[in-house]
Amino acid sequence: MPALQELESAYLRWKGDAGFRADLDGMLREYAGRPTPLYFAQNLTKRAGGAKIFLKREDLLHGGAHKINNTLGQALLAKRMGKHRVIAETGAGQHGVATAIACAALSLKAEVYMGSEDIKRQKLNAYRMELLGAELHSVTAGSKTLKDAINEALRDWATNVNTTYYLIGSVVGPHPYPVIVRDFQSVIGKEIRRQMLRREGRLPDALVACVGGGSNAMGTFHEFVERRGVKLIGVEAGGAGRGKNAASLAEGRKGVLHGMLTYVLEDEDGQIRETQSVSAGLDYPGVGPEHSYLKENERATYVTAKDGEALRAFHLLAEVEGILPALESAHAVAYAVKMARSMRKDQSIVVTLSGRGDKDVQIVAKEAGVNL
Amino acid sequence: MSEISKTFAGLAPREGALVAYVMGGDPDPDSCSKVIDAVVAGGADILELGIPFSDPLADGKSIQAATVRALSAGTTPRRVLELAKYAKEKHHVPIALMTYFNIFYSQGFENFLRLARSHDVDGIIIPDLPLDEASRYARISRRVGVDNILFAAPTTPAGRMRMLASNTSGFLYLVSILGVTGARRSVRRSTLALIAFAHRYTRGKVPLAVGFGISTPEHVREIIRAGADGVVVGSSIVDRVAGYREGKAKVLRNVEEYVRSLKAATRG
Repeated sequence: MPALQELESAYLRWKGDAGFRADLDGMLREYAGRPTPLYFAQNLTKRAGGAKIFLKREDLLHGGAHKINNTLGQALLAKRMGKHRVIAETGAGQHGVATAIACAALSLKAEVYMGSEDIKRQKLNAYRMELLGAELHSVTAGSKTLKDAINEALRDWATNVNTTYYLIGSVVGPHPYPVIVRDFQSVIGKEIRRQMLRREGRLPDALVACVGGGSNAMGTFHEFVERRGVKLIGVEAGGAGRGKNAASLAEGRKGVLHGMLTYVLEDEDGQIRETQSVSAGLDYPGVGPEHSYLKENERATYVTAKDGEALRAFHLLAEVEGILPALESAHAVAYAVKMARSMRKDQSIVVTLSGRGDKDVQIVAKEAGVNL
Repeated sequence: MSEISKTFAGLAPREGALVAYVMGGDPDPDSCSKVIDAVVAGGADILELGIPFSDPLADGKSIQAATVRALSAGTTPRRVLELAKYAKEKHHVPIALMTYFNIFYSQGFENFLRLARSHDVDGIIIPDLPLDEASRYARISRRVGVDNILFAAPTTPAGRMRMLASNTSGFLYLVSILGVTGARRSVRRSTLALIAFAHRYTRGKVPLAVGFGISTPEHVREIIRAGADGVVVGSSIVDRVAGYREGKAKVLRNVEEYVRSLKAATRG
């Protein structure tokens, strides 16, 4: 607890500091590649036959996903706090890679916890982290996926709290993490707003983003929460259907996991359930508590896309727009296409493409029955 | 006065209480009752009974492994409560139930607490219930008549230590070192200093029991001499249960003798 208070006061101190902002903005612009384009997906729009679909291209960032917005911010914070050892958890490996990148660039030592099952599914990302100088710890406890990697990272932090900064990758965990990660990711929504006003002269009618822990969705939504005219839609992993998914908001109950009260997938005794999704990055039995709040007060709507729908959206976007989306982001694309159909042509949807799909090519091939 | 408080009050001068941890349902619910028998026969003053939880954040490898054994043997929270009732009826030992908050929360905190009380549970230990949330649950616990045992850690500053000492009941559980549960080779000098620091806030108010990492009679002696009113030993008991399948009579004898050696050490 004192560690969380120390983190909160450090964050509050530095977030308004002009030098800190300048360092972060400089890194985001010159190193990570911000601002990212807002692309009018003409062919996809034509295919859907309804509202205009715009893609917020977080997939073009250095490292291949939105994760770097947060890791650069928190790594700079770690440095200001005088902590030179950084630990992180990772599911699909995107946050691990983004942590390794930020730490290499800022000369910090990075150690990443990753479930052994996820390492098997995402060998490439696991090796990328090592290439980037991070030390990889394989976690063999429990379901051997993201939640177990978080457990192990929290145990490490409890042991080494005086010297170590825990760099959480999503809007989850104990306060102040959900706030810190949301704030660093909110650059996504801020840019969308500016870009839509410049291009279309108005705000979009809907924002669509995938939700695992929910960081890219929170980053997309935050700027628009007070603008009631903009619908906020989060798309969870519907997996193989009822009971076999990672849809905490759609199928879960309120529970306490990883230091937060939020919707979780659990059995009748309160044991956390194992999740299932074709995308490792959405494979988490909880969700950021602010999403639970937005669901309860009905400001945002949460839906699901199943594995098959996400895979079809992956192929569709590749074929008509020449973009391979991460399987996580493909969930958002799948729902946006469906939604656009029921909307007028003068309306618009922005879909956040949270990451690129290169890491998923092997899974997609396997699902298509192709032997690489 | 609760059963747990009475136990501390009834100790001889300079004697410490031995709080012995057993993972409920380890290695399976039926055999667990035999483990409980052995631990009590060895002289445990208070039985800390764990309900296995899928995500035991505060626990190291030993108790994680016990969790897996218990859950794969089909142990449910209700089955562990039956074990508590069994232990109380057979041995009249005070029982502190240890588990993570979601096990309580999913059934409704008060609802599950009442159920636990009706199964003779005297106290609860919830490592992921932070102090800032604890006071409202402490109120419910008082109403139901169950001790809500809170944790203090090496990073706990003075102000918080004072709040913990006045909010906890039964005893204050002092975590000896930064980190998770699990046997350590020696007691650090910092732990002894920590006991002296914590004691300033608990003395005359509430007993102080020290846990995490304690695994030998020598550790127990050092901790009690440093001024603690009790010790909590868990992982190294659980480690001995791990071999149950290979030879249960030997394991039970080993557990009983081990607990006896710890209890002897609480007397100096």
